[in-house]
Amino acid sequence: MTSALNPRYSLDTLVVGAANRLAATAGRTVAENPGSAYNPLFIYSGSGLGKTHLLMAIGHQAKKLAPALTVEYLTLDEFVEAFHAAVAAGQGDAFRSRFQNVDLLLLDDVQFLADRKEMQAELLRLTEALQAAGHQIVLTSDRPPPEIADLDERLISRFSGGLVVDIGPPDYETRVAILRRKAEERGATLAGGVIEAVSAAEFKNVRELIGVLNRLVAYQATTGAPLDAAEARRLLGIAAAPARSEPAPDEFGDFVSDVAVTVGRAVEAWRARVAEAILRWEGEGYRSGRLEALLEHETPPAVDDAIRAYERDVERLRALEAEVAQLDGRAAGQSVFRDPDRLAEAEETAADVRAGVAPPPGPSPAFPLESFAVGPSNRVALRAVQEVLAQPGRRYNPLVLVGPSGTGKTHLLHAVGLELARRPGAAVACLSAPAFVDELIAAIDGNRVDWWRARYRRATALLLDDIHVIARKERTQEELFNLFNLFLDQERQLVCTTPGHPNTLSGVEERIVSRLAGGLVAELGEPDREVRRTVVERLLRQNQVEPDAALLDYLADRPEDSVRSVAGMVQRCLDAAAQQDQPLRAGLAREVLEGEAGQARRRASGFRTSGIVVSSAGGVRSREKMVWDWPDITERVIEDGR
Amino acid sequence: MSLVNFTTREITCKIVYYGPGRSGKTTNLHYIYGRVPEARRGRMVSLATQTDRTLFFDFLPIDLGTISGFTTRFQLYTVPGQVYYNATRRLVLHGADGVVFVADSQARQLDENLESLQNLQANLLELGVDIRTLPVVLQYNKQDLPRDLVLLPAELDDAMNFRGVPSFPSDALHGVGVFETLKGISELVLRRLAAGATA
Repeated sequence: MTSALNPRYSLDTLVVGAANRLAATAGRTVAENPGSAYNPLFIYSGSGLGKTHLLMAIGHQAKKLAPALTVEYLTLDEFVEAFHAAVAAGQGDAFRSRFQNVDLLLLDDVQFLADRKEMQAELLRLTEALQAAGHQIVLTSDRPPPEIADLDERLISRFSGGLVVDIGPPDYETRVAILRRKAEERGATLAGGVIEAVSAAEFKNVRELIGVLNRLVAYQATTGAPLDAAEARRLLGIAAAPARSEPAPDEFGDFVSDVAVTVGRAVEAWRARVAEAILRWEGEGYRSGRLEALLEHETPPAVDDAIRAYERDVERLRALEAEVAQLDGRAAGQSVFRDPDRLAEAEETAADVRAGVAPPPGPSPAFPLESFAVGPSNRVALRAVQEVLAQPGRRYNPLVLVGPSGTGKTHLLHAVGLELARRPGAAVACLSAPAFVDELIAAIDGNRVDWWRARYRRATALLLDDIHVIARKERTQEELFNLFNLFLDQERQLVCTTPGHPNTLSGVEERIVSRLAGGLVAELGEPDREVRRTVVERLLRQNQVEPDAALLDYLADRPEDSVRSVAGMVQRCLDAAAQQDQPLRAGLAREVLEGEAGQARRRASGFRTSGIVVSSAGGVRSREKMVWDWPDITERVIEDGR
Repeated sequence: MSLVNFTTREITCKIVYYGPGRSGKTTNLHYIYGRVPEARRGRMVSLATQTDRTLFFDFLPIDLGTISGFTTRFQLYTVPGQVYYNATRRLVLHGADGVVFVADSQARQLDENLESLQNLQANLLELGVDIRTLPVVLQYNKQDLPRDLVLLPAELDDAMNFRGVPSFPSDALHGVGVFETLKGISELVLRRLAAGATA
């Protein structure tokens, strides 16, 4: 698919003259410092003037200096073909990553990009990726970037952003040098003066020149006798040293330069300034209607102010376009960002894009990492989280937190999100899988799946709670799969929670399961005593109860299987204490929590202490409480009526 | 016709070669045509009679490229010299930015030169143009002829250059003085740019 570099085309065999000195120097510089000198380097010239030679020579030279460098040379047609083949084979991503990893990409004949919008988009993406990664790109064309028909303006500015050099036709001395070298390469001996005589004729390109040499050599070979200069001229139909002896005056050229001087004098300086500004900004792809309108004035308006205002608007457009490109690549490149007269419209477009990509839901501040209760049952998971926070996206990606309900998965997930969100430039998406599904459905309903997707694609981390909920939701899985790939590719962190190991998830596509299992699966067990004690202590302190050791030990020893039920238990005790207007002590807790006996005693004390008939169960609003546990039928009726 | 169009950033000069029949107007254009690179010139349109006399007019567009940000074009016209084509002459003259009056330097042609010059003035007047405000140069052609047949430039200046406009001796057949004349008229025409002349 990729052409090999032709070994004959090296920098050593390139004849450098005035016409290609700049291009050759730039080429050498690029070969010596790929990615840092001129990136991209854009070389253009007419056909047969040595573009391909120079391009390949850059490849050879770079390879010679750094053999480990990966160098790809291909013509645009080969590039297009490769892309189409890759897309047809469903390997578009492989194609991209293949070229994004090339250290030095040499692309020949990019003028064939004309009218190929899709390829232009692909090349734009590739150029951006290569430049961002500091990889070198060198392009050749038969015309400068702005003259390639229908070329995306972003590509024009990208191409022009490095160095654009042209190669002109070789001058007489270079022609002589080329012919000498080529004759030498062919082992041909030409009589003195022949090469000079041939070089004196004008040739449009080097190929033609070499063709002439070939004819001479062939002719000499058939006749067996060396040609002299006169014979060579006759053979090639070149007039004997024509213009050299008496150069024909270029009357028209003189006339044009005369007119130029007159026009230069006649056009007022301010008009010239405006015209220059127009040429400059049009060259950069901006509309210049406003400046053109200036030229219609009879008397000089405030030209410099107007130009400055115009340039300010261009700057603003640039900023807007850059911002929009960041938010949504497809929205950039619109003509509205190239017309300062439509700045207001551009602002609106940018605002729309901004609104469209409002950040996805973030982590809840209610779950900071500091308040996460640690114990042997979740120490592994916490350790994994710390590793992830140390190197987000790179260490464990995705991180899957597994554990039964109420073991603190959600807390830990949001805690990770909060920590990640502290990083500069972070946009952390943290939400439950059901919310994610609902958002997608709403987006499909509102016909704005694109912007919905863009929001998530922009996030620097994606944290999904209860990912098992996506089971049998094909569209969500499809979207999630693409997001996963993007995030894994770009080393952005993914964290999910699920009650069971990913392998046990049913109704979730294998490709997602394997990606989940491919990261780190960290388990959270039922809260151990240490965790329970921490939780109890924190809950009590939150309720202004200073717990004694006995109370803490008693509550921590209760065999609750989830943090949630520990919280419920503590709440019941607190409610009871509040009801009885007693400080919460181990004894009271035991009364509240230990079945029938405790209840009987509590009821008695309730009557006794306050003198008010209160429901012993009324204060304990626990859903777990069974109605038939209650002592008295009237209370049961009241409760049933609620 | 607009000389300078600031909107499209174009300068278009229409220059008319005027003068009596057989004074060498078409010859001027032919010489210029031969010197303009192919890419820069349009097709020369020549409507001539069978005897090679200009029947209607010659037209030669030339592209001078971009000058000071302006795409600059010259359109060179000739008028038929014969007296009976006056309507055509007036038509061609319409919208001219400058006139090259090609005079035949032969002494015996002086009256015809003067007659043609008066005709130019009359035609311009009919078009509402005062000859004193229009850029005009004189070209004294056929100066290569034997001395006893032609008047010298100085003599011709005395005889017909009443307003003292720039004058150029020439031998259009061999190109002598052709581009000097064109430069002369161009300069006069383009200088009017300074006045912001958007006719």
